[in-house]
Amino acid sequence: MRLNELKAHELLPLIRRHEVTVEEAVTETLDRIAALDGTIQAYITVAREHALQRAKEADARLAKGEPPRPLEGLSIAIKDNICTKGIRTTGASRYLEDFIPPYDATVIERLEDAGAIVVGKTNMDEFAMGSSTENSAMFSTRNPWNLNRVPGGSSGGSAACVIANEAVFALGSDTGGSIRQPASFCGIVGLKPSYGLVSRYGLIGYASSMDQIGPMTRDVRDCALILNVIAGNDPRDSQSYPGELPDYAGCLVPEISGLTIGVPKEFLEEGLSGPVRDAFMKALDRLEELGARVVEVSLPHVRHALAAYYVISSAEAGSNLARLDGVRYGYRAPGQEDSASMMAASRGEGLGPEVKRRIVLGTYVLSAENREKYFNEALRVRSLISRDFQEVFKTCDCLVGPTSPTVAFEAGEKTRDPLEMYLSDVYTVPPNLAGIPGISVPCGFDEEGMPVGLQIMGKQYDEATLLRIAYAFEQATDFHRRRPEVPQKTYQSESAGGERSV
Amino acid sequence: MRITKEDVGRISILARLKLSEDDQSLFAEQLSGILQVIDSLDEVDTGDMNRMISPAGLTNVFREDVVLPSIDPEEALKNAPDKEGAFFKVPRILEAD
Repeated sequence: MRLNELKAHELLPLIRRHEVTVEEAVTETLDRIAALDGTIQAYITVAREHALQRAKEADARLAKGEPPRPLEGLSIAIKDNICTKGIRTTGASRYLEDFIPPYDATVIERLEDAGAIVVGKTNMDEFAMGSSTENSAMFSTRNPWNLNRVPGGSSGGSAACVIANEAVFALGSDTGGSIRQPASFCGIVGLKPSYGLVSRYGLIGYASSMDQIGPMTRDVRDCALILNVIAGNDPRDSQSYPGELPDYAGCLVPEISGLTIGVPKEFLEEGLSGPVRDAFMKALDRLEELGARVVEVSLPHVRHALAAYYVISSAEAGSNLARLDGVRYGYRAPGQEDSASMMAASRGEGLGPEVKRRIVLGTYVLSAENREKYFNEALRVRSLISRDFQEVFKTCDCLVGPTSPTVAFEAGEKTRDPLEMYLSDVYTVPPNLAGIPGISVPCGFDEEGMPVGLQIMGKQYDEATLLRIAYAFEQATDFHRRRPEVPQKTYQSESAGGERSV
Repeated sequence: MRITKEDVGRISILARLKLSEDDQSLFAEQLSGILQVIDSLDEVDTGDMNRMISPAGLTNVFREDVVLPSIDPEEALKNAPDKEGAFFKVPRILEAD
């Protein structure tokens, strides 16, 4: 087995015991990217020189006898909406095509302090708006299980590079399913933490009352290891959770007998595809065999979640993206006489269609004559949905359902109709509205070999129980061990998106 | 509720977002479809529910008023499309007369 194929918890002991140097491990990942990413197109920017430099520094530290750090020498891929000092951060937007952040996001500081090494920035839907990575202004990413299918989105590049062994793990961001849905489509583990658990400082904000950064990994143990490093209070995020946190990796015991697992009946209604339903039903059997009590529950207001989500997220996006004014950074339209026309033209020329559509929708629902009918009403519906979850968590330790109604769909299948695309997030949106954590773990494959994800939802700030259930399920199955066979094509021979280095 | 091309044109001015005629027509059609789904919020009896603005449930978070390091002006100006000295430079903001 090659080094780039190892999980974080398999590679770390080799580095700690000096059996493998950091440079060897990072080089294998970079070589894999060079060999494969012309085909997958997961990365917008590959930070090869930066990564090799950091690897040498890490080896020098270890050679001096300094103690290995928790994530020493692990190659990480970062979604391109998370600021990395000195490494181009585009949000997959033409608007920020040349933006080089002058500071690191809190999660980057924490990961680098823990010894992890950034190898590149991954493709996504522009400003995280989308469910297939086809809204990227750069290029589309392909699903490693079937190159004609989408990897999901918006964190599609992060999901694809993790299953294709082009990084040991990745960070994504999730506002309405953008970590969990691509994790499901690519057959990996993806966690959206409780709102406030992981700092948003340095994340390009989309809908700030729902945005969370989270780990995308090859198994649950890796997910817990990464969460240990990135979770925790940050004074630079005004909504940051101030409480004490457990050692998440220490909570991983494959033991769930006696726990009560709720199945919201609303998640099994019309729209759920046959193969996903079959895989989900088998997953329920497996959870029962492990000793959990599985009960049907109801979240009566959850059928309005998607409507509330698109009102709130578009309103917040419209406000957030007002920062793109052509003044301080990013694109400026040439030849404009005055500042107002310069701003309107810069935004009109620099932003893609989905982003513009949501700015228009967001401005519409916030306008004086519509605010009460749409925005305020959506916030009240959000309260009802949150209350529904609180009610069922009085009797359930967690909830389970499919992560997405279908497996990964064909590229181009849903790009014409935005509404059709939005439906892909119907099961992932409710936890964002309520602020509770959700994780997607592999739970099967359809007959064409496409992965299916199981979504487990937990109580707010109780990631420990969530991860334990995910771990018990994973250890009782072998879906997380499968890897796709990807035909290789180097990116030097066919450039996917212009320059691909820092 | 239907949204017209004129609505889109008016909103795009509020949002400082220049849209082509074609985009205005296309968005009007697409957003009308999306609004049909969003209109289902009308069916919900929200009674006296509060508006949920953030799931964090925090109230005021205070800290000591101490000066911390911040980015120096030169760094902050590096990504600017146009600048002069220590300032961002923009086209004129006032009418000529």
